[in-house]
Order: sequence, then C-alpha cells, then structure tokens
Amino acid sequence: MGSSILSIIYLVGSVTFILGLKMLSKPDTARKGNLVAAAGMTLAILGTIFLYKVDDVPLHNYGWIFTGLLIGGVIGVLSAKKVKMTAMPEMVSMFNGMGGACAALISIVEFNHLVASGATTGGMVAIILLSLVIGAISCAGSIIAWGKLAGKIKDFSFNGQHILNLGVLVVIIGLFVWLVLGVGATATSLVVFYIVLALALFYGILFVLPIGGADMPVVISLLNSFTGVAAACGGFLYNNPVMLTGGILVGSAGTILTILMCKAMNRSLKNVLIGSFGGAAAAAAGGSKDQGNYKEISLNDAAVVMAYANKVIIVPGYGLAVAQAQHACHELEKQLGERGVEVKYAIHPVAGRMPGHMNVLLAEADVPYEKLLEMEDANTEFPTTDVVLVLGANDVVNPAAKNDPASPIYGMPILEVEQAKVVIVNKRSMKPGYAGIENDLFFQPKTSMLFGDAKKVLQELLAAIKEV
Amino acid sequence: MEYILSFLHQHIDLIYIVILSIFLGVEVISRVPSVLHTPLMSGANAIHGVVIIGAIIVMGKAEADNYLALIIGFLAVILGTINVVGGFVVTDRMLEMFKGKKK
Repeated sequence: MGSSILSIIYLVGSVTFILGLKMLSKPDTARKGNLVAAAGMTLAILGTIFLYKVDDVPLHNYGWIFTGLLIGGVIGVLSAKKVKMTAMPEMVSMFNGMGGACAALISIVEFNHLVASGATTGGMVAIILLSLVIGAISCAGSIIAWGKLAGKIKDFSFNGQHILNLGVLVVIIGLFVWLVLGVGATATSLVVFYIVLALALFYGILFVLPIGGADMPVVISLLNSFTGVAAACGGFLYNNPVMLTGGILVGSAGTILTILMCKAMNRSLKNVLIGSFGGAAAAAAGGSKDQGNYKEISLNDAAVVMAYANKVIIVPGYGLAVAQAQHACHELEKQLGERGVEVKYAIHPVAGRMPGHMNVLLAEADVPYEKLLEMEDANTEFPTTDVVLVLGANDVVNPAAKNDPASPIYGMPILEVEQAKVVIVNKRSMKPGYAGIENDLFFQPKTSMLFGDAKKVLQELLAAIKEV
Repeated sequence: MEYILSFLHQHIDLIYIVILSIFLGVEVISRVPSVLHTPLMSGANAIHGVVIIGAIIVMGKAEADNYLALIIGFLAVILGTINVVGGFVVTDRMLEMFKGKKK
C-alpha cells in the first residue's frame, strides 16, 4: 500500500517538475511554475521520508533527517531572503555547488557500502563514480564561480593550462574505467576512489579559474546542468524515477539554456570555455591604453542637455546594480517624462552579471515594462536619440566588439550608443570593465564622462534638472 | 560486455525515462525570452535539488553504528536542503519583481 502511494507521489512529483519548468519559461506563469515545482518537491521529500522502504524495512534515523532538513531549510531561507539583488547570481552558484556536493557525498557513502557488502557490479560502480565525478566538478567549479562573481577570486591562467586540464581529465577517465571494468569495489579501490574525488575537485577548480568573470553566467548554467546529471545518477542508484526525471530535465534544459545564453552574446560555448577572456587576451588589450583624452561634463551641463532633449535612452549596467540606483534612476526618468522628454531604457541581454539582471532591478523600481527596449529595438532608435545616458555599463557598449577583430569581445552584439547625438557615461572611474578591456567609446568626441557613484550622481542630476 | 548488456536490460525502463526526459527538457524551454534566463536557471537549480531524496535514503537506511554514513549523510541532507529551499526562495524573489511591473 505504502509503496504504491509512493510511486504515485513520485509520478506527481515528476509531472510538477515538467509543468514547473514549462511555466517558468513564460513571463505570465513563471512565478506559479516555481511554486508548482516547489510543491512537487515537498511532496516527493515527505513521501520518501515516510513511505520509502529498503527491503521492506522503512527508513529510520528520523531525528537526524529532520534536524538536517531543519538546519538546511533555515540556512537556505535566510541566505535566499537576505541576499541583495546584485548578489543573486553568486547565490545561485553557491546553491548549485551545494547540490553537487550533496551528490558527491551520497556517492562516498554508497561506494563504502558497496565495498563493505562485497558486491561488485560494474554498472553500479559506474553510476556511483559518475555521480561522484560530476558532483565534485560542479561543486568545486560553482564555488570558484561564486568567488569570482563576489570579487573574491581573480582570473587566473598560465601557459599550458588547457593541457593540464586535459591531462587531469584523462587521468580521471582512466581511473574511472579501471575501477569500473577492472577491480570493482574492493578495499584497494577505495583509495583510488578518493583519488578520483580529489582529482575531480581539482579539475572543477582548474576548469573555471581561467574563464573571465563576464562569462560566469554561462559557466554557472553549465554547472547547473552538470548537477542535474549528478542527481539523475542517484535516480539510477536508487531506482528512483523522480530523481531521474528531475535530474535529467535540468541536465538537458540547462544545456539548452547555456547554449541560448551563449547565443545572446553571439559566441559559441567552445569559445567561452576555451578562448576565455583574461589571460593573453586581457594582457594584449591592456597594452593599448594610450587612446587619447576623455572629457568630463559637469552635473549642471548634463542636466541641461537632458532636460532639453526630445529623446533620452538610459543604458543600465552593473554599476547601476552595485550602487542600488534603480529607484533614483526611475525618479530621474519620471522627472524627465514630466518635462515632456521621451525616456526609454535599452537593455542588453547580458548587461549586469546575468541575463535579465537589469530587467529584474528595474522592475523592482516599478519601471513600466513598455519603457524597456531589447537590444535590436534600441539599436534602431539610437540614431534618433538626443542623449544616451550610460549608467555603469561598459563592455556592452564597447564599439571594439564591432570594429576590432583582435578584441576578446569581438563579435558580441552591442548597444550602438555612438549613433546618438550625445553620449553621457556615468562610471566610478576610468577603470576598464569586467572583461578587462579598454573602451574606445569613452574617448570619442561626442562622449562625456560623469564620474561618481551611480546613485549619488542620479540624485544630484535629478535635483539639477528640477532647477533647470 | 555481458554484464553491461544485462545492466542495460535491468534498467531499461529507467533508460527510457532518461531519453524521453532529455527531449522533453529541450522542448520545454526552447523558446524562452532572455529576460527569463536567470529565473529559469535558478528554478532549474532548485529542481536538481531533488538529489536530497538520495541523501534522505542514505541517512534513513544507515545502521546506528555506521558513523561514516550517518555523518556524511547528515551533511548531504543539510546541503541538499539548502539547494532546494534556497533555490526555490531565490527564484520566487526574482519573479516577485517581475510580477510587480505588470500592475
């Protein structure tokens, strides 16, 4: 009776995951979709705790299980609620790492179990190892990605890194095959097993370290689908359909999502992973710093230019997110609107640290949806625009992506702000953007710089416009 | 070779699920607007937290004197729960803001 109810619960759980993902991919139903999947997950977890049987014996250790659930739940809710909107991407990466670690830990216990019981079936060994390797790579990689986005870890690469990476991977695969086909699960293979774990963690670090911060969203999405596959291995291990569907769905949907993200940047996945930003490319770009002079504009001049314009387009970037300036930005937009200036926002698909980052921020400040232009629409409007105000965006407006084949971001579609009559760029300093490359735009005659923290500058600009 | 075949045979229904799920995953999200990339990724991130079920099973079948399984399983339950709960809450927070702009 119990087991039949459990299999129905698992069926319902699998269906909610599919429905949830489907609903998450449409703006109207997205939030409900998330809740549907969460409800299915809760059901599947509770069903497992109370109805799952191993050889007709129900699970025990309830005290441990519920304590673990409670601790994890509290940490999860608190960290998810407290995290700032700007730090959302690294939070997702961290959560992903936890999932990967969970899969790897399960493998450790199950392999020891297999060794103790003396059962050596190649298939099981293969599944356990696969879950271990993928989980560990995902965990280590996610933590590095988190550190990079949080600014704690710098890009790091050295000559021959790709060869080392490949070497480590080959050793992992070699040991993997040897364990599965050769020795199976014995006491000696336990040592090899831990070596594989260490190598997989090492590979996860090596794999993410050289990839530039601007590409982190793609990497996180890829690691996300890795963890999905690791979870699916658990499905094989326990003959558990809900783990299998959940894991594989995320694995395949995550892979497609990764490819879509790359497409939004007009780059291939291979290009992101191998021809990474940073390293030699950054050094080359760093050498060409003598690009002439830039000019600054005073707050009052900027206020006048904007107040008497017909059309102003605001290009938000990571600087806006860091300064939490979305509300100030909306105020400015309303004030200009009251003076009869047409104000719109141009949203680059990868502005900020993640696709959709800017949309989320501006939505938080109640900026109406109609005012947000996607890149293609914005580019057709720039030629008829009087003033473009760039708020802490850099790489997404860098003309080198169009003009300079040597640039590491060459080929990435950009917002062609230089088509407008006047460009005002707000930045904190002249430091290059996240990809670590100079931006010609700042040195063009029609560009003026307005230095300072985005929020402070916007507030002062607002006051100045009111007085015009 | 023989045991690979028999392994496949034993798990053939699971393999069907895998193959169908792969195509389903691709179909389900193939036309998603770029605005939703981040929430979708975050939602998918929460869903792979289903690995928690494996952790619960490890924990629940561990004998009272098997400290390795108990300790590692306990840790796995905590990490898995953080993944699930945190993942869904973060996604909800992101999407809450999308809803606000509709009004």
